[in-house]
Amino acid sequence: MQSMPWLESAAISVLVPAGSQRDPSELPGLASFTAEMVQRGCGNLNSRQFVDELDRLGAARSASVTNSHTRFSAAVPSSRLEETLAIYRDLLRSPHLPEAQLEDSRMVAMQELLAMEDDLAQKLLRELRLRLYPDPYGRGTTGSPESVQAISHRDVASHVEDYYVPENSIISIAGKIEFEAVTSIIENLFGDWEGALQSDIYQTPPRDGHHHIQHESSQTQIGIVYPSVPYSHPDYFLARSAIGILSDGMSSRLFTEVREKRGLCYTVYAMCHTIKEEGCVLAYAGTTTDRAQETLDVMLAEIRRLGDGVFEDELKRLKARMKTGLIMQQESSSSRSISMASDWHLLGYVRTLEELSDILDKVNTESINQYLSDHPPQQFKVVTLGQHALDTSGVNGGGEA
Amino acid sequence: MKDVTFRQHTLSSGLQIVAECNPNAYSTGMAYFVKTGARDETPDISGVSHFLEHMVFKGTPTRTAEQVNQQLDQIGSQSNAFTSEEQTVYYCAVLPEYQLEALELLSDILRPLLRQGDFDTEKHVILEEIAKYDDQPPFGAHEKALAYHFQDHPLAKSVLGTRETVSALTREQMLEYFNRRYSAGNIVLAMAGNIDFEAVVAQVESQTSHWENYNTHRDTPRANPNSGFYSIEKPSAHQQYIIQISNGPAAEDKNRYASRLLGLIFGDENNSRLFWDLIDTGKAEYAVVEPSEYQGTGIFLSYICCQPENTSEILDLYQKLARDIQEHGVTQEELELAKSKVCSHIVLRAERAASRMFSIGNNWVQRGEYTSIQQSIERFQNVTVSDIAEVLEKYPLTQCTSVAIGPTRIEHK
Repeated sequence: MQSMPWLESAAISVLVPAGSQRDPSELPGLASFTAEMVQRGCGNLNSRQFVDELDRLGAARSASVTNSHTRFSAAVPSSRLEETLAIYRDLLRSPHLPEAQLEDSRMVAMQELLAMEDDLAQKLLRELRLRLYPDPYGRGTTGSPESVQAISHRDVASHVEDYYVPENSIISIAGKIEFEAVTSIIENLFGDWEGALQSDIYQTPPRDGHHHIQHESSQTQIGIVYPSVPYSHPDYFLARSAIGILSDGMSSRLFTEVREKRGLCYTVYAMCHTIKEEGCVLAYAGTTTDRAQETLDVMLAEIRRLGDGVFEDELKRLKARMKTGLIMQQESSSSRSISMASDWHLLGYVRTLEELSDILDKVNTESINQYLSDHPPQQFKVVTLGQHALDTSGVNGGGEA
Repeated sequence: MKDVTFRQHTLSSGLQIVAECNPNAYSTGMAYFVKTGARDETPDISGVSHFLEHMVFKGTPTRTAEQVNQQLDQIGSQSNAFTSEEQTVYYCAVLPEYQLEALELLSDILRPLLRQGDFDTEKHVILEEIAKYDDQPPFGAHEKALAYHFQDHPLAKSVLGTRETVSALTREQMLEYFNRRYSAGNIVLAMAGNIDFEAVVAQVESQTSHWENYNTHRDTPRANPNSGFYSIEKPSAHQQYIIQISNGPAAEDKNRYASRLLGLIFGDENNSRLFWDLIDTGKAEYAVVEPSEYQGTGIFLSYICCQPENTSEILDLYQKLARDIQEHGVTQEELELAKSKVCSHIVLRAERAASRMFSIGNNWVQRGEYTSIQQSIERFQNVTVSDIAEVLEKYPLTQCTSVAIGPTRIEHK
C-alpha cells in the first residue's frame, strides 16, 4: 500500500499465482482461458452486471496473464475503492464460471491465438522466450489451437481451485487512501481466504541455438538474447544501467548507431528481462530484408562493445532519465500499484522511490565497468523472422570462444 | 492546495501560448502543435509532413542531430513527436526545474537546418517505418478506407505517404513545404503542470521573435463521403481486418460530446453493443467504434478483426446492430453508464501533466477554447438521449465505407 494524497484516484493490482508457468504441460493456455472465465460473473453479479458495475464505478481496468501470475488491475476515483475491491474479492473467491459460456470463452481464446499469428514481433518474441529460460518459465500464455480445443469446464474449475489461492497472491494499492481504513477493508474481504499452492514446478532446459522463422514479410524481425542477472541480484542495477546506456533514450548507442547514423530501421531496442529466478538481456529490431544482415551485425557489435565499458556522460544522461521516470511515477496510482506488486513478487518487499533513488545515486561508471569486464555480453542466441535466414556463424565468436 | 489556473498569451510573432498551471504537479508537459499535416500536402509531396517531423530532430544551425538527442536525454525528458492528417506535434515532459531548458531546445529545433546528409539517411528510416506498417495489421487498410471514404477531399491523404512518394521527395520540396506551413501564427505552444508562466513567455518571446508570420490558410470543406464495400487480398494474413468509416461531427460541432458517448455505447472495447454481440461471444477478436473529429468534418471509425470465413456474417451482424441503434436510439441506462465511465476516465487521465497537456493543446488548436476538467464533465453530463438521436439522424452509422483485408477476397452485398 502506498498513500499518494495528492491524487484523486486509487489503483489496485490483484495478482494470483495462476501464471502460464502453472499451466499443465498438456494444456498450455489454461491460465488465460481461466482468466477469461472468471470475468464472466461473480458473487451477486452475472457477466453483464459485472462489467456494468465496474463501469458505473468508473474503473479503468485490465486483466492479463504473465508467466508467474494472472493480474487484474483497476484505477478508480478513490471514493469508489471499497466497492471496487469487493467486486475483485468476488472475482477471486466466488467466480460463477458459467458453463454455458465455456464455448464463447474458447472462441475468445482462439481469436487471440489467430491474431497473434499476424503480430510478427509477438511471434518472434514467443520463440525467443523459449530460449531465454527453462520451461515452464519461457512459456507463452496463449497455448496452442489443440490445447485451447481440449480445455474442459472441469479444467477451468480446478485451475481456480488450485491457483486462485492466497499463497503467493499479492494485492497492491496506491493512491488517495488511508492505511487503516484500507487495511480493515482488506481484512474484511480477504481475512478468511484460505488455500495453498498445490503443485511443484519441474524445470527442463531452455531451447538451444539460433532459429529462423520463414515468413513473406517486408521486414525481417531480429531478436537477440543473452544471459544476465535477475532483478533481485545485487548487480542488477549495474547490468540495467549498462543496458540503459545501450538503449534508453534518443542518444543511446543502439539508437545512434543503428538508426541515426545508418538509417537501418525504425524500431530498435534492448532491455533487461527478468523473472524471479533468472534474468537476461533481450534486443530487437525490425528492418527490410536486404538490410537485415547489416542490422544484426551492427547490433551485435554494439552489444559486444559494452564489454569495453561505458562513459561518464552516458551515465549522467541515463541517470537524468531514470530520475525523471521515478518522480513521474508519482503522477500515476496505476503504475505505482503495478510496480509495487512486481517488487513484492521479485524481491519479497517493496522498494520505495527514495530507496530506488539512493541505489541510482550509488551507481557509477567504475562499478558498471567492473561488472561489464567480469560479465561481458556473450552466449548469444539469435531468432529471426522474415524472407531469408541470416548468417549467424560469427555470432558467438565463430569458434574462437 | 493552490489552485489550477489557465493562462494564455499571444506573442508579437503571432505564436500562441496556452497553459494550465498547476503548482502542485510533479512535472511539466509541453508541446508545439503545428497546424499542418497530410491534408496540407499535394500528391507529389505525400508524406512530407511526417518526414519533416523526423527531420526537426536532426539539428539547427547551432546544434547537430547528436547534440539534440543528447540534450533531450540530459534533461531527463520523455519526448517524441507525431503527425496526423492535420497536426504535427512535438512534445516533451520534464521535471519542473528543466522546463526552460526543454523549451529552449524545443523552440530551437522548430527551425531545423535540414542538412542534405541527414535528409538522405533519415529517408531510409521513413521507408523502414512504411515497411513496418506494411507487415502490421491492418496492413494499410486504414489509409485505404480513409481514401475511399473521403475521395477527393483533402483528408483522403495518407500521413506516411508511399514508398514511391517518399523516395522521390527532395530536400528543396521539404524546405518549400516548411516555409509554407511553419508560420509563427500557425503554431501553438501548449503546456500543463508545474509552470513558471511569466518566465516561459519571456523566454519564448525573445527566442522566437524572428519567426515569420504569414497566411497558412487551409480549406476545411465538409466531406461528401462515399459508401461501399472493398475487399483486399493479403495472402500472408491469418485474420480478416475490417475498417468501416461513416460520416461524423466536425471538431467545431457542438454535438461532439453526444457523439463520443454514442461511440462508447455502440462500440466501446469492453462494454458496448458490439462488445456483447461480437467480442463476448468470441465471434470477433476485437470490434471498436470511435469518433474522430477534424476541422470542418468528422468520422466514426470502426475496427473489427475476425476469422476470414466469418467476415460476411460479422458484416451482417454489424449492420443489424447499426440499424437497430439507428432506429431505436440508446437507452437512458446505457447513456448514464457511458457518462460515468467517460467522466471518471477524464479525471484519471488528468493526473498526468503530459496527458492533460495534450487535451489542452488539442482543444485550443481545434476550437480556440479552454475547457477545465469540471466543464468537460458537465458537458458530458448534460447530454440527453435525444441529443444522441440527433447525432444518429445527422450522421447515420449505417451508411459506411467498408474495407476488408485478409487472406482471401470477400464477396459481400
